[in-house]
Amino acid sequence: MVIKQLSVFLQNELGRLEEVTDILYKHSINISALSIAETNEYGVLRMIVSDVDKAAAALKEEEFSVKLTDVICIESPDIPGELHKTLQTLKSAEINLSYMYGYSNGGTARLILKVSDPDKAIQLLK
Amino acid sequence: MIWNEPMECMSRDQMHDLQSKRLKDMVVRVYHNVEFYRKKMQELGLEPGDINTVEDLVKLPFTTKQDLRDNYPFGLFATPKSEVVRVHASSGTTGKSTVVAYTRKDVDTFAEVVARALGCSGVTREDIVQVAYGYGLFTGGLGLHYGAEKLGAAVVPISGGNTAKQITLLQDFGSTVLACTPSYAAHLAEAIAEAGINAEELPLRIGVFGAEPWSQEMRMKIEDGLKIKAYDIYGLSEIIGPGVSNSCEYQNGLHIAEDHFLPEILDPKTLQQVAPGVTGELVFTTVTKEAMPLLRYRTRDLSSLDYSPCQCGRTNVRMAKIFGRSDDMLIIRGVNVFPSQVESVLLEIPEAKPHYMLIVDRQGTMDTLEIQVEVDDKFFSDEIAELNNIRNKIKHKVEGILGVSVIISIVEHKTIQRSEGKAQRVIDKRKI
Repeated sequence: MVIKQLSVFLQNELGRLEEVTDILYKHSINISALSIAETNEYGVLRMIVSDVDKAAAALKEEEFSVKLTDVICIESPDIPGELHKTLQTLKSAEINLSYMYGYSNGGTARLILKVSDPDKAIQLLK
Repeated sequence: MIWNEPMECMSRDQMHDLQSKRLKDMVVRVYHNVEFYRKKMQELGLEPGDINTVEDLVKLPFTTKQDLRDNYPFGLFATPKSEVVRVHASSGTTGKSTVVAYTRKDVDTFAEVVARALGCSGVTREDIVQVAYGYGLFTGGLGLHYGAEKLGAAVVPISGGNTAKQITLLQDFGSTVLACTPSYAAHLAEAIAEAGINAEELPLRIGVFGAEPWSQEMRMKIEDGLKIKAYDIYGLSEIIGPGVSNSCEYQNGLHIAEDHFLPEILDPKTLQQVAPGVTGELVFTTVTKEAMPLLRYRTRDLSSLDYSPCQCGRTNVRMAKIFGRSDDMLIIRGVNVFPSQVESVLLEIPEAKPHYMLIVDRQGTMDTLEIQVEVDDKFFSDEIAELNNIRNKIKHKVEGILGVSVIISIVEHKTIQRSEGKAQRVIDKRKI
């Protein structure tokens, strides 16, 4: 399915990420998946959270730069070759993949993908 | 509105005669009353009788900020202390501050030139002037205050800072004129937008901004943000404070109150006068001040003079908008860099906000210039590649203008301190 991902701009500074988790905790927001892309001076935190609008508003209130992006979330059996099949499907449909992150647990893998055409991707991957 | 038509619109010949007469009188006064100048003139073999016309200015000795520091606090007074009714002091960023003094007549001259400056900006007695310059030792607050009162406008003496209150009073009092530093005006525009207030609906119509160099692009940005016409007021406490010159509606330089302050532009190296239109160091001689007249005070500001008639009807010479103070100039790997250049580039890049900090350092023998920039929230991306594109775009444009390589650091929204007075834009960590 297509879901909203919350991204936050973070300077590389001690405790900056902890401030974000503190704000989310205080607003009772749960984080279900997360990744950080980093450069020398800053990072971009990407998260899937329980209430994305509430989380975005709470972070903006504290002067964080945030962005909501459409990403897709797919679920597949946790066996060899599943990711490969997914990527093949995207490639043959000429859908670009910007980044992805995921986890597996109890025989099921969940992946978050940022692709050039989320709606089309989800149709093909169903 | 032309506040003082006889003084602002006289013929060049009449101005020459008036300036010459006032200069001659002033030189007699400082020679007899200020030991510092008497000594300097004697060293040059000069007597008051040698100075008769404006052309004789070049014979006179210079005054520098260091001379004011050396005579701290009251060493350059030309009147007995009992004649002094007010003192101001400039912020001493390096060492002692410089003190300036005013007699009752000086205070009135100060108000007069500020009234002219406000008139030049289109302010009338119908206006409500919100003075958001700091009140105190700094000449900005009280200078604008007295000038606006003299003009007959209503003054809201709120002083600097307290942005929420500034906005409330802009709404509740319907202030039509805002006087503050351009960096604070930009900050106010941002705060007004963030508060969800439509600037179109505020009665505010004119901004009178000065006390720090600002670019043409910044002027347009503020005009757009606050929905006003922004004017440039120039001055320095040593000469009198704000009101030494001001831009008119044609925005083609700033008219100098030259019946009070005689301008010269000098080649900073040879210290010889340059031709009209040529950029050099701006130097002023005060010819009417009583408490602390100064001969050929070197402002360190870079400008040029234009004597051609202005469409507004004023005949007073215009000085080019200050592009930079030679003190603000950074020399990075041998290249002259003015913070205002960085500002004008950033204002042309929609992704960048006009808030920046220059950090100069030296690694080994190599100067480095880091520019911290905030990216507009609208352009924040979840993809590093896009953020890097923005950074490279800024880097490319800045380097094209400055001619030196720079490091662009994208920083979080609001991390660069918003100034409420004069903006601090440079941190120089070099230990030379």
